Amino acid sequence: MNGLHDLGGMHGFGPVVIEPDEPPFHHPWERRAFAITLAAGYLGEWNIDQSRAMRERLPASEYFDTSYYELWLYGLERLLDARGLVLNEERAARRQDPTVPVARVDRVHVLAARDVERAFGTARAARTDDDVEARHRVGDRVLTQTINPVGHTRLPRYTRGKRGLVTVDHGVWIFADSMGNDLGPDPQHVYNVRFEARELWGDGARAGDAVYVDLWDDHLEPA
Amino acid sequence: MPDQDPDHNHDDDDVGEHRDHDAPLSDVELRVRTLESLLVDKGLVDPAALDAIIDTYETRVGPRNGARIVARAWVDPDFRLRLLADGTAAAAEHGYEGRQTEKLVVLENTPRVHNLVVCTLCSCYPWAVLGLPPIWYKSAPYRARAVIDPRGVLNELGAGVPDDREVRVWDSTAEIRYMVLPERPAGTEAMSEAELTGLVTRDSMIGVAVAQAPAGAG
Repeated sequence: MNGLHDLGGMHGFGPVVIEPDEPPFHHPWERRAFAITLAAGYLGEWNIDQSRAMRERLPASEYFDTSYYELWLYGLERLLDARGLVLNEERAARRQDPTVPVARVDRVHVLAARDVERAFGTARAARTDDDVEARHRVGDRVLTQTINPVGHTRLPRYTRGKRGLVTVDHGVWIFADSMGNDLGPDPQHVYNVRFEARELWGDGARAGDAVYVDLWDDHLEPA
Repeated sequence: MPDQDPDHNHDDDDVGEHRDHDAPLSDVELRVRTLESLLVDKGLVDPAALDAIIDTYETRVGPRNGARIVARAWVDPDFRLRLLADGTAAAAEHGYEGRQTEKLVVLENTPRVHNLVVCTLCSCYPWAVLGLPPIWYKSAPYRARAVIDPRGVLNELGAGVPDDREVRVWDSTAEIRYMVLPERPAGTEAMSEAELTGLVTRDSMIGVAVAQAPAGAG
């Protein structure tokens, strides 16, 4: 969707401010929001694309007033309600009265403390072993789609309808634009594509500078 | 989301339970507490697992991991070649692998090319080697400007790149993660690998800074 999360190329946000000696978390609640989001992810009820897609549905008017882990919390609340695991009504009732009881939910994939190290040390999540033919090759000139889907996409606005050069074939991965819209994994090749800065931004950009973006087969056609 | 005001979430109209120092819980604190208690009571998360997750990213996984890899690459030419050819495998040699780093690509900064890493769409970052991303990396100014004005961003941050050097910006749109191998500072020939590790800052591995000069140099 053409949401405010898709920030590449926008103006008016001011300078980048780096906080010296920044801690991983700035408030105790951020630790908790971080941990429950990651732990709940291991329930296997959604993947990271669906998580990102849900966060992108935060109303645009609220986006810049919402802190990073608040956005995670928003996404988690919505995902849990959508999957019927923690309903919005249950949250409202528990907030009014912390002693309101709830029934246990039986789930096989509850992350146990003893499994945290192994689970978080495991990288594999989105790459697949599916035998899918590559539609493009390293060295190919490609043209990106011109699309404006209302759902989730990992094709940033600033790269749409642009010409680039395939530099790497990363192999076969879950297609975020499909998975994020609850349409299944649709595995396909991911490529790294080099876009000249002038192709993206016009003659004001320095010739020779470039932006490299990882895109899926469906995003690309021969140029 | 680029909220950097620590008081932002403390709404005065949301008075709930009181903490030790009598400050009312903010709306977001109440939401987190409510959701965590429901997840635990329903048996959907294990409280001990939450503590283990927090401990992992507060004390064990952070930019020191990446710094050790960089220092090794500076002193060991064979490791440098392995790192640039297959970052995932080379990082795994150090035991650094896992979540948010399914495929790691390491980009070498040289006198001809300067690499810079961003995620314009959210906050993708190589957790296994750099830990959790800093606020500035997740902020609107960086995500908006890194791709359209990388030289301006670098100038402002005191890491300006000469005109004859190509700037390459890497936007992390899929599950491939990027880390920069910064240039080894001059005057470090006599330093040990452990000493070199201390010169490698988080920001130099994102590409918005150069590695620190050794003390007394310059």
